[in-house]
Amino acid sequence: MSATLVATQVSVVRNGATLLDRVDVSVRSGEFVAVLGPNGAGKSTLLGAVAGDFPTTRGSVTIDGLPLESFAPRDLARKRAVLPQQIVISFPFTVREVVAMGRNPWLDDNDDERIEAAMRRMGVEPLRKRTYQTLSVGEQARVSMARVLAQDTPILLLDEPTAVLDIGQQERFLAVARSLVDEGRGVAAVLHDLNVAMRVATRVVVLHEGRCVASGAPREVLTPTLLSNVYHQKIRVDSTSDGSPVILPDHRA
Amino acid sequence: MTEARRTSLSAVGVFLAVLLGLTMLLSLSSGAFQISLRDLLGIIGDGPRHDASDLVAHNVFWQVRLPRVVLAVVVGASLAVAGVIMQGIFRNPLAEPATVGVSAGAAVGAVIAIIVGLNQLPLGVQVVAFLGGTLSTALVYLLSRSDGKTEVVTLILTGIAINAFAGAVIGLAVFVADDDEIRSVTFWSLGTLGLATWKSVAAVIPLAVIGMLVSAKFSRVLDTLALGDRAAAHLGVKVEPVRLQAIAVVGLLASSAVAATGMIAFVGLLVPHIMRIVLGPRHRHLLWTAALLGASVTLLADLAARTLLSPAELPLGVVTALIGAPFFLLLLRSTRRSQGGWA
Repeated sequence: MSATLVATQVSVVRNGATLLDRVDVSVRSGEFVAVLGPNGAGKSTLLGAVAGDFPTTRGSVTIDGLPLESFAPRDLARKRAVLPQQIVISFPFTVREVVAMGRNPWLDDNDDERIEAAMRRMGVEPLRKRTYQTLSVGEQARVSMARVLAQDTPILLLDEPTAVLDIGQQERFLAVARSLVDEGRGVAAVLHDLNVAMRVATRVVVLHEGRCVASGAPREVLTPTLLSNVYHQKIRVDSTSDGSPVILPDHRA
Repeated sequence: MTEARRTSLSAVGVFLAVLLGLTMLLSLSSGAFQISLRDLLGIIGDGPRHDASDLVAHNVFWQVRLPRVVLAVVVGASLAVAGVIMQGIFRNPLAEPATVGVSAGAAVGAVIAIIVGLNQLPLGVQVVAFLGGTLSTALVYLLSRSDGKTEVVTLILTGIAINAFAGAVIGLAVFVADDDEIRSVTFWSLGTLGLATWKSVAAVIPLAVIGMLVSAKFSRVLDTLALGDRAAAHLGVKVEPVRLQAIAVVGLLASSAVAATGMIAFVGLLVPHIMRIVLGPRHRHLLWTAALLGASVTLLADLAARTLLSPAELPLGVVTALIGAPFFLLLLRSTRRSQGGWA
């Protein structure tokens, strides 16, 4: 259960606007890659491009050396799963039915086991008979993540997985994310919370106006200078009493 | 607290099968000419031979009532299944063949056929109606497609435009038609099973069977489409080809049904809706149960149409709309409250 996704010099131009400009990014087995950057930097576009949602204008995206276009839709769905920002479901499916949709690329003897395991992992078993529409936004996010886990892919692409979670759910999510990495899966996630990125990411990629301005280990890349430039806001990096770094807006004179 | 209530599938299946059996028997025996249940069994036992003891009852049963009942079953099931598929691919519980202009296209075909005198030919109207329905399906789809994608809102708006155009063409046809033709056009655009013959039954059955067999393979895909096109694609669904095939199946089912009976409103809208409330939205169960219920509902509506003002006969489409529209409004309000809307 491992695969490598590599995007090389990817550009996306839409209606004359350059959304992504020659971006390189890769996700390997055992990596958590955090994609960071201000609003409109091209984070979701990058995630969509590497997921194969639309063809790139230039550059290539490959999984295990093969271009995305050469995969049949079902084979691609066995390699990578995608968690969109928010999912609106049009009919009153139950939580279990929604999670079961994640098995669509497989449909084999493991389905039930994987569905149950995914629900357990995201703590949504007690909701199994509820209809998705009646859940809170945070519950819906966990159910969608369970659906992504049920798909059982070596690569997971997550668009703001923690945005609507409270601090407790966020911690549980990060524990799940770490265990996915420990299993040898590769995770790429668009994150807004820089402290979350600092704690969970093995590597960060910082986008700014469609370009990749930095990438590498979070403690090395996430410096006050870079962050202040990119976010147009003075930012400092402190450390807590136990020595872990904390990123804060800097309002000191 | 708000767990989804789902009725057991086998109980629902048995109930629907029994309901269909009873409504068929009731429809076969009732009407302007009553056939008692015992005579009915005797006639069925005799088979379609012509040396029966009671020739009138025999002929009424074999030549008039049985084809009418079979046609009602096939058309009702086709409309319901077409409604299920259409609601699934548009992710909208308010879609049905009428919404996207399939029924109106078939109606225009039929009306034109009547005006130019093709009703003199055997099945002339039906064939042209089928062509009209299939053509408008293709037209709606092509017009609402750009960059290899179909936007649902554009699709439905295109359907509205086609419906308006079709309404105008039918109005125009009524304007130039003579009295006889007007009667025929009106009755046809309101829907009726009164023109059922073995010939029209034989023309519809193969199309309905093909449509329903093909629709079975969409059940899982229609489930995943509820997540939206993008998420469905992430799960390995070939969204655009699937949608094209599904629309073709809807065109086949709806056009052949409308071609045989005229426009019958609300069956394709109401029946899938009821089954979704009872069983939940999984299409694997929805498709066949909707077919059974669609057949029963159409039979009962037809029974009402030909017995309420007997010996006069109401247009079937009028009955389904009179009962269906208020019922649907009630349903809409209550399900919105309990299921949290559809978005």
